[in-house]
Amino acid sequence: MKVRFWGVRGSIASPGPRTVRYGGNTTCIEVRTDDNTLIVLDGGTGIFQLSQTLFKEMPLTSHVFITHTHWDHIQGLPFFIPIFVPGNTVRIHGAYDIVSGAGIEQVMNVQLQYSYFPVREAELKARIEYETLTVGEPFAVGDATVTSVMLNHPVIDLGYRVDCNGKSVFFTGDHEPWYNIYDPADAEYAEYQRIVEEKENAVVAAIRGVDVLIADSSYTVGEYPAKKGWGHGTFDSTIALGKRAGAKKVICTHHEPTRFDDDLERVFNEALERNPRGAGDPEVMLSHEGLEIEI
Amino acid sequence: MATLTLEVQRKLGTAVERMPAFPQSVQRILELTRDINCLPKDLVMVIEKDPVMTMKILRVINSAYYGLPSKITSVSQSVVYLGLNTIKNLALSIAAVGMLPRFNTSGFDIQRYLLHSLTTATVARLLGSKFAKGPVDPGDAYIAGLLHDFGKAVYAQFMAAEFAKALAISQDNGIALHQAELEVIGADHALVGSMLATKWQFPEHLVACIRDHHNADAEPTPLMDCVRAADQICRKLAFGDSGNAWREDEEIVAPARFGSYDAAIAALGDLEKIVSDAQMFAQV
Repeated sequence: MKVRFWGVRGSIASPGPRTVRYGGNTTCIEVRTDDNTLIVLDGGTGIFQLSQTLFKEMPLTSHVFITHTHWDHIQGLPFFIPIFVPGNTVRIHGAYDIVSGAGIEQVMNVQLQYSYFPVREAELKARIEYETLTVGEPFAVGDATVTSVMLNHPVIDLGYRVDCNGKSVFFTGDHEPWYNIYDPADAEYAEYQRIVEEKENAVVAAIRGVDVLIADSSYTVGEYPAKKGWGHGTFDSTIALGKRAGAKKVICTHHEPTRFDDDLERVFNEALERNPRGAGDPEVMLSHEGLEIEI
Repeated sequence: MATLTLEVQRKLGTAVERMPAFPQSVQRILELTRDINCLPKDLVMVIEKDPVMTMKILRVINSAYYGLPSKITSVSQSVVYLGLNTIKNLALSIAAVGMLPRFNTSGFDIQRYLLHSLTTATVARLLGSKFAKGPVDPGDAYIAGLLHDFGKAVYAQFMAAEFAKALAISQDNGIALHQAELEVIGADHALVGSMLATKWQFPEHLVACIRDHHNADAEPTPLMDCVRAADQICRKLAFGDSGNAWREDEEIVAPARFGSYDAAIAALGDLEKIVSDAQMFAQV
């Protein structure tokens, strides 16, 4: 299985000389299974560059899995070239949106509106299929299986685990570790803590033993208190999750748009110093556009 | 068991979709959510004090898509599983439906009903943790107490004329309200509440507790003991009004579990505080 990063930035695309080493596109990760099935995790702006490499494979079937529907994870979808070419199939998978009461089928439609985009959904030339996933139910894709787990973000966010012939990768999408909303003195504290731990254990079990864990590491521990509740993790929370789940490799992603290359390396190295690698601990690295991992 | 006509079943089945929440929770939700930094626990507190909000949120959350390991039965759980912002937006969409009017044409006082439900919920939770620790989940006892009479709120809103008649019969003849409901409507509020709970995929033990809380033939469970006793205590002490007045000949439930009725009340501690907390919310 191969993993390639096409977008590593959070919130908004951030091109320019100071982000050129890590890249300015928003989230998009290409996964190629052993039989070359194309799985795309999220459709941020990075998906446009990915789609430029797909012409030689057309007609093709792309299996797009959306972790959640915030703009930085879907805004590249209208520019995913295969949707305009007859003969292609684009299967888009994602969560049921409990607030709007709609499935993932709305993800294109909300973007392809007259005021915002020149092409209507009905005019797309490829076959577009939508699959609203049942969380936790393994979903077969080519020779791989994709399993979703609900994580913590201001909108429903699914983490995806891709398993293929004994190899595996897990991507969180955006995720903030759960925290207790009560003060330790409150009567409700203990009960809430129990629920949090139950949920944490379930997520660790879903990630357990993965070869590569790719996780939202937007903030430093210093920045986090001011951003608590915004739905993102820190470098330290990602490293801790990787250790706890027994991941072999951990990749920190969803870089802050204002975090320029030198600063990103500096804060990442500080996190590594705070969390030294012990025996059996995963290797930890930063994601960058073009990074390719062979599992 | 009594059965409802298909037409009434259909009517009640869609009733809750259109059922607005209580005025004070709608106001509080709008107030709290205007501030992006509102405390999550404040939001949870408002939602879990409103039977309509609670019911509606648990209903959507237990839908099949989320494949939850077990049914979600508390608002706190729903915040952990779906995230605070999602619950906040669900609450806002419920608030947008409007507010329950304080007076409905059945004459049922919905604010005093809320006070009865809130105090029963709190007392059931306390009884559970003092007399049935282990077999009773305190969160379940709270939800069961909060929702045990939910069928009445639905009757008041959507079958007002029939419910008014039942209320009058109960009052004039000194019989229990659920018996009067059986006479007039053909089904009591417990059955209606449980029907709705089933439709929303509540766990079976909660459905059974709501359905059987007036059924003398039902096999009692520790959860039901707590809810029944809490209901009786709140009616005897006149905390709010369930529409079903306390009658001196009413049999006290489960003396074996609670030792005695007075022992159960004594174990609750400061009852004033239970009532004033609930009153603050129910604004009675």
